[in-house]
Amino acid sequence: MHIIENGNAAAALGVKLCRAGVIAAYPITPQTPLTEKLSEYVESGDMKAQYIPVESEHSALAVCIAASSAGARAFTATSANGLLYMHEQVQWAAGARLPIVMCVVNRAVGAPWNVWNDQQDSISQRDTGWIQIYCSDHQQIIDAVIKAYWIAEKVSIPIMVCYDGYILSHTFMPFDLPDQEKVDAFLPPFNPDYALNPMEPANLNTVTLPDVRLDVKGELAHGYMEIRYLLQEDLRKTIAVAADAEKRFTEVFGRGGDPYVEPYRCDDAEYVAVGLGSMTYQMRVSVDALRKEGLKVGVMGVRFYRPFPDEAVASALKGKKGVIVFEKAISYGYEGALMSDLKSALYEHLAGTGLLPSVQNFIAGIGGREIKTDDLTQTLRAATQSRVSKEPVWIGLKL
Amino acid sequence: MNKEFIEIRWHGRGGQGAITAAKIVAGAAFVSGYAGVVMAPTFGTERRGAPVMTSLKISKTKIYDLSPIETPDIVVVLDHLLLKEADVTHGLKPGGIIVLNTPMALESYAFKNYKLATADITALSVEAGLPHGMVNTGIIGSLEKATNLLGIDILIKGIEEEFQTRKPQKNSLAAKMAYERTLVGG
Repeated sequence: MHIIENGNAAAALGVKLCRAGVIAAYPITPQTPLTEKLSEYVESGDMKAQYIPVESEHSALAVCIAASSAGARAFTATSANGLLYMHEQVQWAAGARLPIVMCVVNRAVGAPWNVWNDQQDSISQRDTGWIQIYCSDHQQIIDAVIKAYWIAEKVSIPIMVCYDGYILSHTFMPFDLPDQEKVDAFLPPFNPDYALNPMEPANLNTVTLPDVRLDVKGELAHGYMEIRYLLQEDLRKTIAVAADAEKRFTEVFGRGGDPYVEPYRCDDAEYVAVGLGSMTYQMRVSVDALRKEGLKVGVMGVRFYRPFPDEAVASALKGKKGVIVFEKAISYGYEGALMSDLKSALYEHLAGTGLLPSVQNFIAGIGGREIKTDDLTQTLRAATQSRVSKEPVWIGLKL
Repeated sequence: MNKEFIEIRWHGRGGQGAITAAKIVAGAAFVSGYAGVVMAPTFGTERRGAPVMTSLKISKTKIYDLSPIETPDIVVVLDHLLLKEADVTHGLKPGGIIVLNTPMALESYAFKNYKLATADITALSVEAGLPHGMVNTGIIGSLEKATNLLGIDILIKGIEEEFQTRKPQKNSLAAKMAYERTLVGG
């Protein structure tokens, strides 16, 4: 059934359909309407879950960590400085291997204070060991939440479902609301191998020594380094798990596609724009306009950002003349984080083949600066003509 | 007006319900076969009484560009006093339509190159039994009269669904009365 709602409602409905058992959250714009909606579902009895209001984002994720350790399907959501305030627990959730799902409704971080959209918040959490999925419309938001629980619980790694604040969170558009029976068929109840039990007290993630050692049962236990290596190894394996999830999802719901990237008019393109989230959909309009001028351009959204699907990305961009990376965040002191990741993948898979595209980087929409479609079109057109700069170029800067 | 892709900009005041009105029109457009409807409020500065804007794009195909409307086909103004506070015709396409809630006569306005439609929604909504100042359902009737976009029946149905628990009949009556009484200039 299609409904018209905003992106936060799409996320909340996804969480409800997944039958999350514990929700803990602290309000922050533009995320607030999402968890407000969930609190209404719990209050009305539409959702059988515990909603735990807390005094901070740090506690929100701490509650989710406890709930997930005890075997509950846990959910939280945040934005911007709320996510940064959570940062210690973000790292903890990954190290503890808890399949929590968190929506990050992307917003600029302070200082200076700003409530509008960019993606600096989630990009700054890139290296925490969480899986990150970026959405471009409401269908992707609700579907990503459902897939996220399946993937997270399969690999015991938490997932951030990221979508642009306001542009998606507060905008209304139609999307298909999946049937509860189908979601139940797709997503089995959460039954972890181990769950905390008050009848059998245990310590979890206590001080773990640099080297391996015998545990209390006399068995050789991993050292810190082994535990962290396994997180990395399992994250890399998650790339294949995401493909399984997409296949199963397509079988049950009849929609799906490439779990890693979403190319548009890229097959015969000489130049491909790459980005994360709703900007890559907006850019389809630029691509159509430039195609009419005879320019062979395409655009590709990266949906799965961590673990980075390097092979899929390199294979999609192999042999292109140029790759133009548009980002709403920057790794301060160098360039966009996606730009660096992409260059790394291209170098790894294409260096020496003669199929290595040239690359350039544009930064747009920082702190909610309006991204005009005409500006994207002009930037893309110019970028096909020559390399504008080695440094990332900020679009629409008024200095 | 190209009916494949229509851009409507709504000007109201915080609390006046422009977003709800745009949402009702979006829903009616979707069930009428417009696969792409996108309604985007302007963000972050909403305050009661302050001028606010909402974008509504309606298209036969899925809409990928969520950026604010720059060249609307139609502007809907929920309060005539906004004409002094906001540049409501900014970017309006030549021949575009202005739908205005005003107690003043149609002839008292002179908009060059635009088609103006007026009704005293504030007064007729009270006549329909709504509290003073509730104009967001009435204006939908004026919009339909000025544009013949979706048909009044489907909009009435949308209004009654949206206001299921909040005076649905009075709200739809306001829209019907506005539809009948709206004057459309050349």
